[in-house]
Amino acid sequence: MRVLMFGWEFPPHISGGLGTACYGLVKGMNHHNQQVIFVVPKLWGDEEPMADFVNASDVRIDYREKRFKKFWKNLTYLEVSSFLVPYLGPEEFKKFTDYAIHDRTDVDESIFSNKFEFSGKYGKNLLEEVSRYALVAAQIARDKDNFDIIHAHDWLAFPAGIAAKEISGKPLVVHVHATEFDRSGETVNQPVYDIERAGMHAADHVVAVSQLTKNIIVRKYGIPASKITVLHNAVLDASIIKSEYEKKVPEKIVTFLGRITFQKGPEYFVEAAKKVIDRDPNVRFVMAGSGDLLNRMIDRVAELRMATRFHFTGFLKGDDVDHMYAISDVYVMPSVSEPFGIAPLEAVRHNTPVIISKQSGVAEVLRNAIKVDFWDVDAMADAIFALLHYDGISRMFKELGSEELKKLKWEHVAAKLVTVYEKTLAERS
Amino acid sequence: MRTICFYFQVHQPFRLKPYRFFDIGEDHHYWDDFLNRNVIRKVAQKCYLPMNTLLFELINQYRGKFKVAFSLSGTFLDQMEAYAPEVLESFQKLVATGHVELLNETYTHSLASLKSKEEFQALVRKHQERIKELFGGYTPKVFRNTELIYSDQIGAMVADMGYEAILTEGAKHILGWKSPNYVYSSANVQKLKVLLKNFLLSDDIAFRFSNKTWADYPLTTEKFVNWINAIPKEEQVLNLFMDYETFGEHQWEETGIFEFMRHLPEAVFKHSNFSFSTPSEVAAEVSPVSKIHVPVPISWADEERDLTAWLGNDMQDEAFDRLYELEKLVRNIDDPEIKRDWGYLQTSDHFYYMCTKFFSDGSVHEYFSPYDTPYDAFINFMNVLSDFMLRVKQKTAALQS
Repeated sequence: MRVLMFGWEFPPHISGGLGTACYGLVKGMNHHNQQVIFVVPKLWGDEEPMADFVNASDVRIDYREKRFKKFWKNLTYLEVSSFLVPYLGPEEFKKFTDYAIHDRTDVDESIFSNKFEFSGKYGKNLLEEVSRYALVAAQIARDKDNFDIIHAHDWLAFPAGIAAKEISGKPLVVHVHATEFDRSGETVNQPVYDIERAGMHAADHVVAVSQLTKNIIVRKYGIPASKITVLHNAVLDASIIKSEYEKKVPEKIVTFLGRITFQKGPEYFVEAAKKVIDRDPNVRFVMAGSGDLLNRMIDRVAELRMATRFHFTGFLKGDDVDHMYAISDVYVMPSVSEPFGIAPLEAVRHNTPVIISKQSGVAEVLRNAIKVDFWDVDAMADAIFALLHYDGISRMFKELGSEELKKLKWEHVAAKLVTVYEKTLAERS
Repeated sequence: MRTICFYFQVHQPFRLKPYRFFDIGEDHHYWDDFLNRNVIRKVAQKCYLPMNTLLFELINQYRGKFKVAFSLSGTFLDQMEAYAPEVLESFQKLVATGHVELLNETYTHSLASLKSKEEFQALVRKHQERIKELFGGYTPKVFRNTELIYSDQIGAMVADMGYEAILTEGAKHILGWKSPNYVYSSANVQKLKVLLKNFLLSDDIAFRFSNKTWADYPLTTEKFVNWINAIPKEEQVLNLFMDYETFGEHQWEETGIFEFMRHLPEAVFKHSNFSFSTPSEVAAEVSPVSKIHVPVPISWADEERDLTAWLGNDMQDEAFDRLYELEKLVRNIDDPEIKRDWGYLQTSDHFYYMCTKFFSDGSVHEYFSPYDTPYDAFINFMNVLSDFMLRVKQKTAALQS
């Protein structure tokens, strides 16, 4: 099988989970000797040579091609109104607005040039890049003929997938790693939703990272369930991490690690912490990360008068993330909506028992974890208390959790994906 | 007798270094030595040294008819000794003229007066001893509490310790129709005299001096003397209380603030019948006109003149209460480092940095804060406090075994 795959980022230059998932998937495909042509907006040159990479920034567009007209139109249309910035945290937003104000002078000319230098990030001109990416995809689909099927990852690459399908006539599979409803709750960014919806409807088949995501796609995007296959993510390395880093405080530590935003449910962690501390003052809670709800969480912790037991670390990077996992006795992910959620698996690799919300995709694959509804702070507090005090259960979770992790392999995911391709091609002919 | 009473507050806190969650339980040094040293060195060059020289000249020039009072916080004394001994020398030289009065306060510029009489008195005694030690046996007679915080209850505590007078703010909501330009006596303890800051004329120098949008800009000595001459004849005392850093630091040298001060005594002597006095002279010579009732604490900060710069929001109250929960435990521990950190952590500035009153006086708060936001200030303080609590707990456990 030869696959023309459109992504947005690829390790080592990634800013989210999407790049990691693509890496795992391509690695799995290699294992089964499948050929992948992987297109990204920007190649840095230090990617692992595991696929036939195409750098979209290098592709020259033939603007005389009449069939491309439609994609040009999209581009000029979007250029006017793209002040929308999905995916951006407050710090990044500042960086990008600075960039947009000071550095970006190329807007007008670049529309008419036949090559485009993508940033490959999640910037202010994201929507422009997305539609320009579609144009590049059309060109690639016209030039290359050595592929059987097209595969596009998340909405950023959906217009590219659609364009490639229209030009080449080959079937399209779209892969949904997250939906706009996971990112923004009920107040969706309309242009992003429209692109997602168009991609799913244009596709011959849809892949979702969890049953949870599949349900959203059926309910909110109007796609028949029979057109959707669930392929859970896997882990690249299931080995147990033995850290030398030692805890400096005598108390047990319960950790929340992630962006402090609505989607991740930080407030439920705070409320549960209060219930636990009232019962057992010899626990420390840590909220690691940054985000737009950080100050609200600090206020709430002060209001609940537990600030000597509840700590904030700010954004953690590099070794600090590992250290944090290493000194945690319980890891909690109370996400309100999490298509998959790879972080609890990292915790398991550090031999830390985890509590995850039922509203996360990872709950479908991790059996040896306590699962609670994100809003049920009483159940969450009970679970934290139990894992801290009843050694039996936490020991069991540690052992079984790491066993379970070993079964989550990308080659299994890739094998299932190949059957999805085969089925899709068979339905075509 | 009509007289002007100058009092300057000199204080620097021990600022905390960025102290991370990962440091808790391991790193017991909390103070940003580099930053603290830099601040002292910078302010010494811009303010303390040139202004001390100027005051020394004026005192000599007018043979003691010009005089001022200082309150030097203990955290300032400690840092001066460590980082700028030449500044300490110049203060010693000023005090040795006999025309500079020193006041007492809590050693670590603490808010203990609002929480614990015992801790408050301990910190005051410590300040007394330190002043005595550094200034040739000098014993202050007048008290000034942190940020001029005062209430009837605080007045009683201060009188108990034998002080003749206390300084505070001439807050509008306390005075009503009354004037700050008299000596008052404390509501509960008659013998304790209360000197009130005239905030209009004090702030003309301290805050508005270089404000070009102010209708009276620029402020000249003639203008200022005209204003004090306009004060009704029967009002006797003009209390000009301000931060010492006004001179050269809040108001830069370029604004002309030093020249203003250099020529002010001359203008006062020539064109008015005012003299200069120190707080203890005022207390000794002027009798009180009436009692002043202050049931709820006042201070000299912000438009509200209350405690909301340091206490009142959840972060401040949490930090404050958790800190003072340790009081009894710390008292039983005989460890110089625990005692030192306990004192320095009480400094009011830590709570000031957590203030969220952005819209009214936020710019002043921001100017003084080493943190980006009050939330950062809170997190950092609580991380430090968490480590300090662990140390106190360990020491206490060691005592019991």
